[in-house]
Amino acid sequence: MKKVEAIIRKSKFSAVKKALHEVGVNFFSYWDVTGLGNEKEGHVYRGVSYSTSDIQRRYLSIVVNDDFEDITIKTILHSASTGDVGDGKIFVSDIKEVYRIRTGEKGGQTLN
Amino acid sequence: MELLTTNNVWMMICTALVFFMHLGFGFLEIGLTRQKNTINILFKNIFIITVGLLLYCLVGFNLMYPGDFNGFLGFAGFGLDSPLTDAGTLDLAYNEGYTYWTDFLFQGMFAATAATIVSGAVAERIKIGPFMVFTVIYVGLIYPIAGSWKWGGGFLQTLETPFYDFAGSTLVHSVGGWAAVVAVCLLGPRIGKFKDGKPQAIPGHNIPLATAGVLILWLGWFGFNGGSVLSADPGLTSLTLVTTCLAAAAGGVVAALVSTLKYRNLDLTMFLNGILGGLVGITAGADQMSPTDAILIGAVAGAIIVFAVSLIDRLKLDDPVGAIAVHLVCGVWGTLAVGIFGNLAGGAQLLSQLIGVASYAVICIVSSFLIIFIMKKTVGIRVSEREELEGLDAHEHGMDAYPDFRLNEH
Repeated sequence: MKKVEAIIRKSKFSAVKKALHEVGVNFFSYWDVTGLGNEKEGHVYRGVSYSTSDIQRRYLSIVVNDDFEDITIKTILHSASTGDVGDGKIFVSDIKEVYRIRTGEKGGQTLN
Repeated sequence: MELLTTNNVWMMICTALVFFMHLGFGFLEIGLTRQKNTINILFKNIFIITVGLLLYCLVGFNLMYPGDFNGFLGFAGFGLDSPLTDAGTLDLAYNEGYTYWTDFLFQGMFAATAATIVSGAVAERIKIGPFMVFTVIYVGLIYPIAGSWKWGGGFLQTLETPFYDFAGSTLVHSVGGWAAVVAVCLLGPRIGKFKDGKPQAIPGHNIPLATAGVLILWLGWFGFNGGSVLSADPGLTSLTLVTTCLAAAAGGVVAALVSTLKYRNLDLTMFLNGILGGLVGITAGADQMSPTDAILIGAVAGAIIVFAVSLIDRLKLDDPVGAIAVHLVCGVWGTLAVGIFGNLAGGAQLLSQLIGVASYAVICIVSSFLIIFIMKKTVGIRVSEREELEGLDAHEHGMDAYPDFRLNEH
């Protein structure tokens, strides 16, 4: 089992969610994060301009069986991309075990 | 009798509108400051309204309207003392525009405004105790004494060409504005406002609330200026509302335009400050101006706002809500504008306006400096660095304005 974590633009979230559903990845968690990166956003407040590298992003955490790893990554790469600096990152890591709290069963079938 | 009833109803409506302005001030102030200081700011504002009204009842009203006096300082005694007829009922011959009670409450609603203006300028770093002491002295004594010089029939009213301030560009707004300048100078800027000598942006936390605040203030100004006619005179009240609204609109549009040209950015907060600048500007002569005059006065005020905000930044003064630019600079502008535009325009009037502005500058700067400087040297006027960084809400009040924004269990 693999954990695929992706930091994406908030504006791309609904496209990514839809694309993941289309390839059968139906369960994941997400939350809003603030990231520091190469992209700068310019602001002006009451005549004082300032730029900030603190940028609002959405963080997706998706745990999948090994045979879903490639399609999940491919789908996110495709659906979250705008081609501009700041599109985000994907991290992949191994998952040792998964349990379903309701029944206590464990293993890959709990992800279906 | 019927006329008095009509007049008095209008004056009571205006009283209620001026009361509503305190909500506008509160919204504007918390909107343009940070979340961590919200309770503190609202606490100050509520303190000002409640204590201000009680003080106005106790001493203010009779300091401001002492009857016959020497023109500088008079006092008609503590508390309210309504005029009675022989039969023991309220003497309605008091004034053809309003009753004694309406007179007190309308003027009382104005009184607190001066300290509210200061509250915005010193927000996010002043200790609440010393601010309360300042409020009590400034609203209880200084505002009514200064007000008596003109509205109470004092020396500015008895000049050969009387100083003119219809609804308080100087008497209310500059009185608050001068004290705001003094307080900001003695208090110093918020941590992080100036880095290497350059002003930094400290964005306000709720711009929709600030917007609501400005529109509420605009609505309140219908009463502030409309009620200053002191009767329901159909021609004058309606003209006053027209000049008031046109100046507000022109102030907003010009401030937005100038700030967009200057900064290449559509800054809503400048748009909002421009509206307030226009309102403060027209207040001194709202009943003396044609619609065209009103638009010009508002437009100049709108332009002044943009340059004054950046000038105040360059002077290393930290005014989170723009109170000095709005209330002092536009207040002075509006007062002088009475000598330049409208029915009273002329050299002698302009000179009287200058005398008025200077007189108020002297009493306000001297008195607010004494009050705040003495507290600075004794009890201290500024919160600790830690309190300022972590927020005045947590330290001065032990409260959180938005507890549900934290992780919680429901």
